[in-house]
Amino acid sequence: MKQWLILAWRNIWRNKRRTLISAASVAFAVMFATSMSSLQKGGWDRMLNNVVHFYFGYGQIHAQGYWDEQTIDRSLELQPDTLAVLSAMIGNKPIVPRLESFALASTGPITMGVLVSGIDPSGEDSLTDLADRLVAGQYFTSQADDGVLVAEGIAEELELAVGDTLVLLSQGYHGVSAAGKYPITGLVSFGSPELNKLMVYMPLETAQYFFGAEGRATSLVLGLDNVKEAKAAVSLLRRQLDPAVYEVLDWEQLIPDLVQARGLDDAGNTIIILILYLIIAFGLFGTVLMMTKEREYEFGVLVAIGMRRRLLTGVVWVEIIFLAAVGALMGMALALPIVWYFHINPIVFTGEMAQAYEQYGVEPIIPTVVESWIFVKQALIIFGMASLMALYPWLKIRTLSPVQSMRH
Amino acid sequence: MAVILTRDLYKTYNPDTIPVHALNGVSLSIEEGEFTAIVGPSGSGKTTLLNILGGLDSPTSGYVEVGGTDISQLSENELIDFRKNHIGFVFQSYNLIPVLTAYENVEFVMLLQGRPEKERKERTEALLAAVGLADHMDRRPSQLSGGQQQRVAVARALAPRPSFILADEPTANLDSHTSANLLDIMGKLNHEEKVTFIFSTHDSRVIERAHRVVTVEDGVIISDEGMKR
Ligand SMILES: Nc1ncnc2c1ncn2[C@@H]1O[C@H](COP(=O)(O)OP(=O)(O)OP(=O)(O)O)[C@@H](O)[C@H]1O
Ligand SMILES: [Mg+2]
Repeated sequence: MKQWLILAWRNIWRNKRRTLISAASVAFAVMFATSMSSLQKGGWDRMLNNVVHFYFGYGQIHAQGYWDEQTIDRSLELQPDTLAVLSAMIGNKPIVPRLESFALASTGPITMGVLVSGIDPSGEDSLTDLADRLVAGQYFTSQADDGVLVAEGIAEELELAVGDTLVLLSQGYHGVSAAGKYPITGLVSFGSPELNKLMVYMPLETAQYFFGAEGRATSLVLGLDNVKEAKAAVSLLRRQLDPAVYEVLDWEQLIPDLVQARGLDDAGNTIIILILYLIIAFGLFGTVLMMTKEREYEFGVLVAIGMRRRLLTGVVWVEIIFLAAVGALMGMALALPIVWYFHINPIVFTGEMAQAYEQYGVEPIIPTVVESWIFVKQALIIFGMASLMALYPWLKIRTLSPVQSMRH
Repeated sequence: MAVILTRDLYKTYNPDTIPVHALNGVSLSIEEGEFTAIVGPSGSGKTTLLNILGGLDSPTSGYVEVGGTDISQLSENELIDFRKNHIGFVFQSYNLIPVLTAYENVEFVMLLQGRPEKERKERTEALLAAVGLADHMDRRPSQLSGGQQQRVAVARALAPRPSFILADEPTANLDSHTSANLLDIMGKLNHEEKVTFIFSTHDSRVIERAHRVVTVEDGVIISDEGMKR
């Protein structure tokens, strides 16, 4: 066995220059595909992760129909033990309630539309790190705090600062009119300018009082840590909760446009990489063709002196695999520092791309992922490609006649 | 006992297009230990005959028995294994695998036979010494002269302990001095290893060393003489 591997290894170096050129083309393809995939996956992972952690969570429970028409009238009634019961169903993972609706915020002559988000201060902070977004003032200290946290942009527009009073007007639960004056206890900042002009936070009980919706919430966010947990928890909840009353959405349903965009982007990338590999495959095949052609005489001698065709084909197959492997390893060796560099120093986007990111409150930077599967995948593609190439020498050797091939 | 026995061998190339009648009824018997030259002008059918004796080609009609086996009855793989175990080949040129050293080339067929490492080593070293290349064992074919390459090829052919060795114009690419030297070595091994040699040649100085000379012309044997030693 070892001898055959040595023979194959030496054979690929019979024409050093040709081998290096072929390997280099494979290396280029692998480097390109690896870097591109790592960047693409890194970008999307980060984006989805951010969006999920930033606001949506990996799953949410609503009153049936809320997600299609998001009004406070479709809020859920919470019994004192509702949250504890739901949490117990999913392995005591936290369930964080929100009561949200739109309102008009004003100071004297200036008025703007804002989203009032009633939150559980500690639950929300552990879910979305809201307290970290504080740029002035203080975070809530209790469920019943009477103040509000205002996004920077709103404060700027309405010329307000910490300590000033914000006037909110809205329509509450079942059409009651809602109005209130709240001291601003803190300012929060978002990467996204849109969110910066949108968000007003108050503690849940304060919001329930404001909207006349005591004991109600519009959404219950599941405090899960990853996609895998989400799958299990969501399907469990769906089985246990009455679908006439509740809807349980997973993160893919909460951000379907992003999930779809990722799918499209993945498909586009796959096509580009396939085309690249196809081009490389033709180059490699040229080498295989020459390698086979110029050794017909030698193959004839080998079969004549007693080497079985299958063994000979095996050796040639290993040669092609070696040739491709040299290229693939070179490609990975080149890609690793690139991928690593952009993992540490993410690419910063500007312009339209940046806007698309900011729309979801995500900083427009893309770090690459350093993931072994991406590397392994290229290796597998190259391996498959090389194996396919070996069909040609296999066919040649299968029908080779020592007498004919030695008549030069 | 006859190592090789043929009866009424006919070989026609391209029977459907422009037929070439390369052999026209060759009946030949080769005994163990012979050192036989097949001679004849170019195109007379020497290579064709050797290829058929070596199981590399099959006759259009006629019977070939090698070492008691009717080789026309063997399957492709059986035939390859038969060659591996019973026949040593020396071709006119480019016998050796260029990426293997002289040592590895000689060892090659024994490796295919699955012989143990120790036996391979002993036999390879002994044979390379016998052909006078003990200190060239680690050279690749490209680092050897034409005559040295042919000597390695002879050593390789002998290594698997075949029943006989077929050499088709082994000296065709060598000068006369080197040819004589190669023939001396072949003769010595024929004697020492008791291995049957059958070789074709044009070269009269090579013919001189044969113990038996079979002359072929237009695909038939026109003379078959034992030589006085
Ligand atoms: N594969 C083939 N296809 C067609 N004709 C062939 C083939 N091989 C040999 N011949 C023809 O058969 C005849 C015998 O050829 P062969 O090679 O056996 O002669 P030879 O005695 O070995 O000649 P040389 O001394 O030149 O090597 C020649 O006429 C040759 O042209
Ligand atoms: Mg010939």
